[in-house]
Amino acid sequence: MNGTIEVQAVPLHRDDEGSRMGMWLFLFTELILFGGMFIIYAVYRFSHPAEFHLAAQELDTSVGMINTIILLTSSMTMAMAITAIQKKDKILSMALVSATLVLAFAFLVNKFFEWSTKFSHGIYPGSTELMGKPPGEVLYFGLYFVMTGLHALHVMIGMGLLAVNLAFIKRGIVTWDKSVKLETAGLYWHLVDLIWIFLFPLFYLIH
Amino acid sequence: MAFETAAVQEPDYLHVRPKHTGIGAWLLTTDHKRIGLMYLYTILTFFACGVFFGFMLRLELLTPGRTVIDPQTYNSFFTLHGVIMIFLVVIPAVPSIFGNFFLPIMIGAKDVFFPRLNLLSWYLYVIGGTLALVSLFLPGGPVDTGWTFYIPYSVRTTTNVVPAISAVFILGFSSILTGVNFITTIHRMRAPGMTWFRMPLFPWSLYATAWVQVLATPIIGITLLLVGIERIFKVGIFDPALGGDPILYQHLFWTYSHPAVYIILLPAMGVISEVIPVFARRTIFGYKFIAYSSIAIAFFGSLVWGHHMFTAGMSDSSMFIFSFLSFLVSIPSAIKVFNWTATLYKGSIALEVPLLYALAFVIHFSIGGFTGLMIGALSIDIHLQDTAFIVGHFHYVMFGGTGFGIFAAAHYWLPKMFGRMYNKKTAIVAFAHIVIGFNLTYFPMFVMGYLGMPRRYYDYLPQFQIYHVISTVGSWILVAGLIMMVVNLIRGMISGPRVGPDPWGGTTLEWTVPTPPPVENFADVPVVTTGAYDYSRYAETTEKEVVL
Repeated sequence: MNGTIEVQAVPLHRDDEGSRMGMWLFLFTELILFGGMFIIYAVYRFSHPAEFHLAAQELDTSVGMINTIILLTSSMTMAMAITAIQKKDKILSMALVSATLVLAFAFLVNKFFEWSTKFSHGIYPGSTELMGKPPGEVLYFGLYFVMTGLHALHVMIGMGLLAVNLAFIKRGIVTWDKSVKLETAGLYWHLVDLIWIFLFPLFYLIH
Repeated sequence: MAFETAAVQEPDYLHVRPKHTGIGAWLLTTDHKRIGLMYLYTILTFFACGVFFGFMLRLELLTPGRTVIDPQTYNSFFTLHGVIMIFLVVIPAVPSIFGNFFLPIMIGAKDVFFPRLNLLSWYLYVIGGTLALVSLFLPGGPVDTGWTFYIPYSVRTTTNVVPAISAVFILGFSSILTGVNFITTIHRMRAPGMTWFRMPLFPWSLYATAWVQVLATPIIGITLLLVGIERIFKVGIFDPALGGDPILYQHLFWTYSHPAVYIILLPAMGVISEVIPVFARRTIFGYKFIAYSSIAIAFFGSLVWGHHMFTAGMSDSSMFIFSFLSFLVSIPSAIKVFNWTATLYKGSIALEVPLLYALAFVIHFSIGGFTGLMIGALSIDIHLQDTAFIVGHFHYVMFGGTGFGIFAAAHYWLPKMFGRMYNKKTAIVAFAHIVIGFNLTYFPMFVMGYLGMPRRYYDYLPQFQIYHVISTVGSWILVAGLIMMVVNLIRGMISGPRVGPDPWGGTTLEWTVPTPPPVENFADVPVVTTGAYDYSRYAETTEKEVVL
């Protein structure tokens, strides 16, 4: 409390830094939301290592890898869309956001077929096939469906955000000097990507 | 001429002609002050429901065996009493009503950073609250798990668990959005010269609370979501029949629900830190210590959840660590109590109603805190766990602490919010009823709990009846006091005498603006040059009368 008056941010009509901060705080909550599930995964993996090992072999690594590549590419197109709008290239930015949307959709289609295959093998919550398996495998598939399902839900929410931003760019609400809405949507999209980066090895790669 | 002053003065937030008319002037508003009032009305409604359930529980326990309600109804009532009082009343009350209204004004801002998000929080709150009440009447019957939703009963019972946990999930969302909003507001919107250490202590406590809201709430969100998924889709996660671990559920539940205690308590402590210096006419003692202790409580409070599970099955070493950490939390809490007391020392105390509630807070919180230390000790906890002692301890902190903090805030700030004063004599009579009723209701619980009365039981042995009778009679006095207080406040706010901008002689920024505050709060953005509690003007004119 020394006498100098440190000039703080005067309430402005626009404060991009603050908007980004709000989004970061929200992303913390998302991380902790998934963090809770990662803890459950860790605990059960520790208590049922052999059964987790066995169950993980049911998953198709190549499908998982294709989806990883799709999402990583979509993160790249997202980042490029932001740079494009900041360089005043509205058309390119819209094309890149659309590309991100297409990739996100491809991810979901892939996921749909992956889940359907599991279902056709009789592996779904409450199925007689699954209930006949040892507890560790029941837990593994329970977590698999819940965690990838919740992640897919986040992909859909992200797609909604991107679609809204596409309209914003078209209507001139998001422009080269007012790009913070697209930037925060981008932050969210990278988070969706980041969570997948952890889900992929935990379910598909660790055997 | 009156006409001229009216033309010059900006209309206050209650009388301004808004963008939307009719009911939309409230339901579509983004004014933090109007949103604060909407929270006030909705929270008051839910509080009335919670009091009703609590009242019925006490009435049922008046005699052994059936008194007024059957055992299943009793189970539902204590569940709903807990869910409503915790998630709909004490968690949101101070931040959402008084934080929304006064945080921007106290830091010299015109609104919160995300005004529309603020309105969304209110809608989520209302949806969640409605869902909790609707679950009472849906087929299946009201939820009877207790507010903790412990596994495996919560996946086996046929009652409406899913609506109730959906309600808590949605309310958590509302709480998170409020937290995000407050942190961003405090970081980005402080007026020029409003440095961190010139901020009043109420914003400080809201800041610490907001971090806990943001970082802890998602855990209960995901945990209860998983319980819901487990119930609906039969996915194996916590249910031991499907290989799950019920103890893991308890860990995750308390990982949020213990920090939630500090979400509940910290803002009320902030209120007390505002009230005490104003009515002691002294700068608060140990400003920085109080500010830092809020952060310390938020930090340590997030690490102690295991003390809810000492008898649930845990290794000795983790029990030892959790017990030790629980003791540590009491240090920053005690720092606050000592500083409040030291602020009163040699102050020129004006024993107004808000200060009475604040003093009751300090005493009740000390009792609640000490009993908390007792049950934080491993050996004593084994004797006292799951007894009425726990209920007593909990209510001394939640009600005797936060509840009284809310009442202090109401008597302190409502005149500012509505521009009118309540009847002070009636307020003191109501206060006396509430304090006596409160202590009669909850103190016997320590005694009977120590003697072995279990909590949540519908029936009891005849030897406990005397304590139950005292407690139930206390609850009648308490409810009478609450009704008196609420009626007095409502009457005062409708037709009480008008008050000026600074009825209490406060020094923080909210007392510098007109009463009720104008829509934009400040005609000009204030420039802050001193700390929050500058009472040097009282040192010069000690005999100065505070004019209403």
